[in-house]
Amino acid sequence: MIRSSLSVILLFLFFSASSAEHNARTERISGSAGDVLEDNPVGRLKVYVYDLPSKYNKKLLQKDPRCLTHMFAAEIFMHRFLLSSPVRTRNPDEADWFYTPIYPTCDLTPTGLPLPFKSPRMMRSAIQLISSNWPYWNRTEGADHFFVVPHDFGACFHYQVEFNLDTKQEEKAIKRGILPLLQRATLVQTFGQRNHVCLDQGSITIPPFAPPQKMQAHYIPPDIPRSIFVYFRGLFYDVNNDPEGGYYARGARAAVWENFKNNPLFDISTDHPTTYYEDMQRSIFCLCPLGWAPWSPRLVEAVVFGCIPVIIADDIVLPFADAIPWEEIGVFVAEKDVPKLDTILTSIPTEVILRKQRLLANPSMKRAMLFPQPAQPGDAFHQILNGLARKLPHDRSIYLREGEKVLNWTAGPVGDLKPW
Amino acid sequence: MKLSALHQSYLNRRRSPLDSSVDAPSKSFLAVFWLVLHCLCCLISLLLGFRFSRLVFFFLVSTPSSSNLYSPPFRPDLPPPRIDLTPSNATTAEVKTSSSRVVVGRHGILIRPWPHPDPVEVMKAHRIIERVQREQKAVFGAGGKGSRTVIAVTPTYVRTFQALHLNGVMHSLMLVPYDVVWIVVEAGGVSNETASIVAKSGVRVIHVGFDQRMPNTWEDRGKVEVLMRLRALRVVKEEKLDGVVMFADDSNMHSMEFFDEIQNVKWFGAVSVGILAHSGNAEEMVMSMDKRREMVDEVEERSSLPVQGPACNATDKLIGWHVFNTLPYAGKSAVYIDDVAAVLPQKLEWCGFVLNSRILWDEAESKPEWVKEFGLLNENEGVESPLSLLNDPSMVEPLGSCGRQVLLWWLRVEARADSKFPPGWVIDPPLEITVAAKRTPWPDVPPEPPTKKKDQMSLSQGNNNVVVIPKQQQQQQQQQQQRSSKVRKPKRRSKRNKHEAKPTDTTTQVSSSTKHHQERN
Repeated sequence: MIRSSLSVILLFLFFSASSAEHNARTERISGSAGDVLEDNPVGRLKVYVYDLPSKYNKKLLQKDPRCLTHMFAAEIFMHRFLLSSPVRTRNPDEADWFYTPIYPTCDLTPTGLPLPFKSPRMMRSAIQLISSNWPYWNRTEGADHFFVVPHDFGACFHYQVEFNLDTKQEEKAIKRGILPLLQRATLVQTFGQRNHVCLDQGSITIPPFAPPQKMQAHYIPPDIPRSIFVYFRGLFYDVNNDPEGGYYARGARAAVWENFKNNPLFDISTDHPTTYYEDMQRSIFCLCPLGWAPWSPRLVEAVVFGCIPVIIADDIVLPFADAIPWEEIGVFVAEKDVPKLDTILTSIPTEVILRKQRLLANPSMKRAMLFPQPAQPGDAFHQILNGLARKLPHDRSIYLREGEKVLNWTAGPVGDLKPW
Repeated sequence: MKLSALHQSYLNRRRSPLDSSVDAPSKSFLAVFWLVLHCLCCLISLLLGFRFSRLVFFFLVSTPSSSNLYSPPFRPDLPPPRIDLTPSNATTAEVKTSSSRVVVGRHGILIRPWPHPDPVEVMKAHRIIERVQREQKAVFGAGGKGSRTVIAVTPTYVRTFQALHLNGVMHSLMLVPYDVVWIVVEAGGVSNETASIVAKSGVRVIHVGFDQRMPNTWEDRGKVEVLMRLRALRVVKEEKLDGVVMFADDSNMHSMEFFDEIQNVKWFGAVSVGILAHSGNAEEMVMSMDKRREMVDEVEERSSLPVQGPACNATDKLIGWHVFNTLPYAGKSAVYIDDVAAVLPQKLEWCGFVLNSRILWDEAESKPEWVKEFGLLNENEGVESPLSLLNDPSMVEPLGSCGRQVLLWWLRVEARADSKFPPGWVIDPPLEITVAAKRTPWPDVPPEPPTKKKDQMSLSQGNNNVVVIPKQQQQQQQQQQQRSSKVRKPKRRSKRNKHEAKPTDTTTQVSSSTKHHQERN
C-alpha cells in the first residue's frame, strides 16, 4: 500500500512539474484547442487535385498577375501548395478530399478590386466539367469536395449592396446566397459570420492573405517599449459609396471616429503611414473593426506583430475558430458598445493583458495565420488541411445511391446559368 | 469593394425599367417632369453638398430615434429603416438568418454625449502601458538574455558620512531594473543606524555584522574591508544565492549601464573604474596639477589615466590591466582617514570585478577549472584582489566594450575621525552640550559686523518675531542705538556680556535665549 501511494505521489509530482513548466516569454495554449495548431496533417488525409484546363487558373493569372498579391491570393497559393504537398495523391480512388483548382476571384478591375460577377458562371462551368469527366462529383454531389472561395462573402459571389435604398435590390443581394451547386461542398473561405446565408455550417474559415515577407521585413526589436495604447489606420467613412455613414461597417467605424478622435490614447486616422507595421508593434491594442465584410487583414497583422486585436464585428466567425481560442487572445467588443470602448479597454486587468500578449508571442500562433512561400509546418495551409482532416471520416450518408440527385442544377439567378 | 462606376451602372439599371414602364401618351410629360425634378435635386445637392433626394425620403419615412443617438449637424437624423432578414418565402438557405442579430440596412452612428477622454481612464491606461513596458523590459531587455539577480556586497560602518554614501548606493540599487539582493556587512556589529538606512531601500537586504571595528588608517581599513567582503561571499555560498555578484563600496557611484552590462558576465568579469583620487584640500590639488604640468613631457604622465580596469589588444582579448598611477602622489597620500590628502586606491580595486555567484558554490557543477574552490580560501594569506579567487587570471572577461566604457567611479571621502553627528540624523531639541570641533575652518567668534544705521535697527525690531523682546531689553536697546542692529538678539546679548566667558558658541547663545524666554513666561 505504501508503495502504491508512493507511486501515486511520484506520478502527481511528475505531472505537476511538467504542467508548471512554462516559458515566461510565451505561453502555450494548453488543452485541446492550442495543441491542435501543431498537428501534422501528413498521413491523416489524402487530397486529389483535379486537372482542369488552364483557362480556369493559369490563364487568369497570366492575364493579371496582380492576383498574386491581393488579399484573396490564398486560392492561388493553396493550389500551388497542394500540387507539391505530400498529402496529394494521384490516385483518386484513395482520396479523401477533392480539390478543384479554380481562381474565381482573379477578375480584377483596373484599380485592382475583384469583380465577383462572373465567378458563379465560372464555378458552374468547372463543376459541369468535373462532373462529366470524373465520377467522383456525382458519387457524393460534391460532399467530399472542397473549394477555396476567399472573396468578401465567400461563395455568395457578391458583395453587399447595402447603400442602395431600393430594398428589393438589397434583399436580392443577400438572397443570392451560396451558389446552389456548392451547397454540399466544404468551403474554405475568409468570410465568417454566424447565422449568415453566406456561411455554411461546415465551412472552414481562413485568415485573409497577408504577404509574409513584407511583414517580416518590418520587424523591430521586441524590447522597444509599447507606448501606443490603441492603434488603427483605415477608413471610417467610405466616402465613395456611403458618404453619410451608417451603412459602411454598420456605423461602427464612424462611431469609433466620432467618439475617440479627441482621445490621446487612441492613435486612429485614415493616413497611410510607411511605418504602419512598425507602429503596430509599438501598440498594445489594435482595432479590427468590420468594414463592408466582417473580416479584415488587420487581424493577421495584429497577431503577427503581437498587438492584441480588438474585434468589433458582431457574430463574426474568426479563422480556425476550432483550433485557436480567440476569446483568450483578443478582446471582443459589441458594436453597440463602441462608445464605451475606452472604458472597456482600460478596465481589463493587467494580468489578463499580459497573458494575452504571451499567448500572442507564441510562434505557432503567428505561423498559423500566414501563407508563407514555400509552405512551412504549422502555417495556414497546414491548418486548412488539419481542418479538413478533422472532418474525416466522411459520414456514410454523403454517398448517394445510383440516380439519386440532390442538387438543383438550374437554381439561382438566370444570369448565372449562362456558360462561361 | 465598392466602385462609383458600379454605382453608376446600378443607377442606370434603375432608370431604364422606369422609363419603359410608363404609358406612351403621358410618357413625354412624365419624363420631362422627372428630368426637371432630377436636375433640381442635383442643383440643390451641389449647393448643399449631399444627396438631397435621400434627405426628403428620410423625412417622409423617418421614425423617432433613440435618446442616445446624436448625429453630427449636417447629417440627417438617422433612424435605421431596419430591414429584417426574414423574407416571407424562406428557402432552406435562409432559414438560419431569421435568428441573426445582425441586421442589414442603415445603422445609426452611436456617439456618447461627451466624447472626450475621461481622466481616470487615461490614468488607468497609462498604468497599463507602464506595466506592459516593465514586463517587456524584464523579458526582452538586456539583449534578450533575461534578467539575473544582482547581488551587491557593501562593507560599511557607522560614521558621519555613512548616511551620505549608503543613501547613494541604495538609490542606485533601487533603480536597478533587475532583482537585487543587498548584502550589507557592517564593521563593529549590526547597528540600528545602518539598519534604519537600509530598511528604506525596498530591496532584499542581508545585514551581517562583522566583529572587528574599522581602523583609522586607509591601509588597515582596506584590509578589513577585504575580510568583510569575503564574509559576504561566504553568505552567498551558504545561502546558495544565484546571480551576479558585484561589489558596491558605499562611497562609489554606479551608472545604470553598469548593471545592464554585468548581466553579460559568464563567470568572472572586469570593468573599468574611474578613479577619483580627491584630496579635499584645494591647495593640494592645485599644487599637484602644477606639478603635472611640469612633468607633461614625461612619458609616464600620459599613462596616468584615472582609470583602473582590463586592458585589451586589438582583437578584444585581455592582455593586462590598467592600474592607477600613484607616482604623482608618492609620499603625499592620505594615511589616516581624516587626512587632508589624496586617498589612493589599491592596485586593483574590488569594485571593478564581478563574478557569477556559482563560482562560490560548493559543488563543481560546471564551474570552470581555473576557479579556486572558495571554501578552501585562506583569508589570512592576504587576499588582495578578487583575482586571488582564480587559478588563472587570464580567463577574466573584460566587460563594457573591453574596458573602453567607464561604468562606475571610485571615490573615498570621509569626515574627520572624531566628528560627531546626530544619531539617525535627527536633531532632538535641544542640544545642551556640544564639544567644540578642533580646527574648524571658520573662526569661533563671529566677526564684528559693520556699524549700521538706527533705522535698520528699528526695522529689525519690528520683524524680529523669533525672539520676543521684553520691555527692559527694549529700553536698553534704545540706549545702545549706536551699536549695530544687524546681529540677532542673542548675539547682542553676548556682545553686552562680552566680558563674560570667552568662547561663545551659538549653542550657548541659544540656550541662554531659551532661558530668557522661560524667565519671561
